Amino acid sequence: MEFPKDLKYTKEHEWVREEGSVVVVGITDYAQDSLGDVVYVELPQEGGSVTKDEPFGVVESVKAVSDLYSPVTGNVVEVNDAIIDSPEVINDDPYGDAWMIKVELSNAEELNDLLSAEEYQKYIEEEK
Amino acid sequence: MEKGRELLIFERSSPGRTGVRPPTADVPEVDLDKVLPKGAVRGDIEGFPEVSELDCVRHFTRLSNENFGVDTGFYPLGSCTMKYNPKVCEDASRLSGFSRLHPYEPEGLCQGALELMHELEGYLAEISGMDAVTLQPAAGAQGELGGMLMIAAYFRDKGEARRKVLIPDTAHGTNPASCRLAGFDVVEVRSSRDGILTPEAIERLMDDGCAALMLTNPNTLGLFEDNIEKIASIVHSKGGFVYCDGANLNALMGVARLGDMGVDLVQFNLHKTFSTPHGGGGPGSGPLGVKKALEPYLPVPRIRKNGDEYSLEFDRERSIGRLKAFYGNFSVMVRAYAYIRLMGAEGLKRVGEMAVLNANYLKERLKGHFHLPHDRTCMHECVFTDRLQRRYGVTTLDIAKRLMDYGFHPPTIYFPLVVDGALMIEPTETESLQTLDEFIEAMKRIAKEAEEDPHLLKNAPHTTGTARVDETRAAREPVLRWTGSPPTNPDHCT
Repeated sequence: MEFPKDLKYTKEHEWVREEGSVVVVGITDYAQDSLGDVVYVELPQEGGSVTKDEPFGVVESVKAVSDLYSPVTGNVVEVNDAIIDSPEVINDDPYGDAWMIKVELSNAEELNDLLSAEEYQKYIEEEK
Repeated sequence: MEKGRELLIFERSSPGRTGVRPPTADVPEVDLDKVLPKGAVRGDIEGFPEVSELDCVRHFTRLSNENFGVDTGFYPLGSCTMKYNPKVCEDASRLSGFSRLHPYEPEGLCQGALELMHELEGYLAEISGMDAVTLQPAAGAQGELGGMLMIAAYFRDKGEARRKVLIPDTAHGTNPASCRLAGFDVVEVRSSRDGILTPEAIERLMDDGCAALMLTNPNTLGLFEDNIEKIASIVHSKGGFVYCDGANLNALMGVARLGDMGVDLVQFNLHKTFSTPHGGGGPGSGPLGVKKALEPYLPVPRIRKNGDEYSLEFDRERSIGRLKAFYGNFSVMVRAYAYIRLMGAEGLKRVGEMAVLNANYLKERLKGHFHLPHDRTCMHECVFTDRLQRRYGVTTLDIAKRLMDYGFHPPTIYFPLVVDGALMIEPTETESLQTLDEFIEAMKRIAKEAEEDPHLLKNAPHTTGTARVDETRAAREPVLRWTGSPPTNPDHCT
């Protein structure tokens, strides 16, 4: 299982990649593996807002339905509509093509609360 | 026709073939388009199956032979209470005085039915320790919704704005859904490492913005919520109600009463605990019991007894109104009534005792062969995981599928969500020691097979008409109606 070093992570199994003033958000390899085959995903509208630790969408697999929790607060500047039609990408490429939303940060300090790849890996080992 | 696949009824169709030929009309034909408004006349249905009576009988008989029910074999589906339903209860529900009763029958001509309903309400109140019961909800989830709507109405009357409901992370999925439908926000409460709620967790979250705590006792890990009294008193001290999802009532029946533990509302899943077959889509029945404070809000009509006469009362100012057409699923009530009278107080107590004993027997015998995350005395069900098998690449799904080869219905899998790879087994009280031992032997052999021949499990089941269905594709590309041609790739369902 992979946890790229350049990403930041949450205990709810989302990842964050910084790209200038916006951040990209998706779910981790561990999350997609635990969920099993993803069959449906619901994402916010472009132009909407998300709040740290609050649900911003839903992901449904053959096993369960789970909320997606936003790692940060801000405005949604771009949504990856492609994964709505092909949710299997979430299983195939969780850190690449399956990015979910791009958020313009309201408070860059929130990034300090996120976990590093090592910290996240340690966290999921403990959870098991 | 490929071996093993029963053709769809549509594929059997041959134009002009028919089961019944009605006689030639002896009245003048009327052109529907001339007497009915446009839009009220249905056009032709493309691909509508045309088969003979025999084709039709064989098709559905063959399909029924592929079915698995509690009358066929052991069905330990956790949190579903798939127990055996005595046939005498079926018999009672088919008595013509009940089965041919019309819902518009004048009260004077259905006194027996009203008496049965009134008495059943009383029995359920007695079993649960509640003050009043409505039989109206059509199933458990509607009972939950009714309860939450009553709580909402209560606080509206008092002028209190309580928006939140606390729900443990072990809850059935219907609980948060019912709360949302009733307009509440859901706050999740994490269970402790022991798998139950702690008073501290409730203390932290309960405030005067919380309308209720909605829990299940025993919970979906099959564990009794030991702290229920303390938890209920915390909720009550902050002015909230305690709703108990009664889905797991089988474990407590006749032994302990939810009302005595501080529960204010509970729904009864008659189709689980009180002798109605389920799993085929219903009908179910989810009567709701409440304490005095909420009685004025119960749905109408209420059944009233005046002397020896029964009547329906509609005029109740604070009622939340009707939940369902007519009076609920009456035939299920007849089965429940017959069951309670059949078992008697002693018998109902034995139900709870035996259900708990059987689950603990399974748990103790399978411990070691399968990982048991919460190793303590359980109630009516126990939860294992696939942790010991995963090192061989075998998952919960593979174990469940392999059980079918041994002639058993798989247990509930991947629920509750708080347990990774859960296998939730509920044997119920109606299984003999012999059946339980057979199941235990099958599970032990599967554990050994996982070690020695994991492929056997990965490709299971081997003995059923259909092996593994492609659940993912079925969910991603659902085909919900006949489209005029057979499936393009029937192999995906081999």
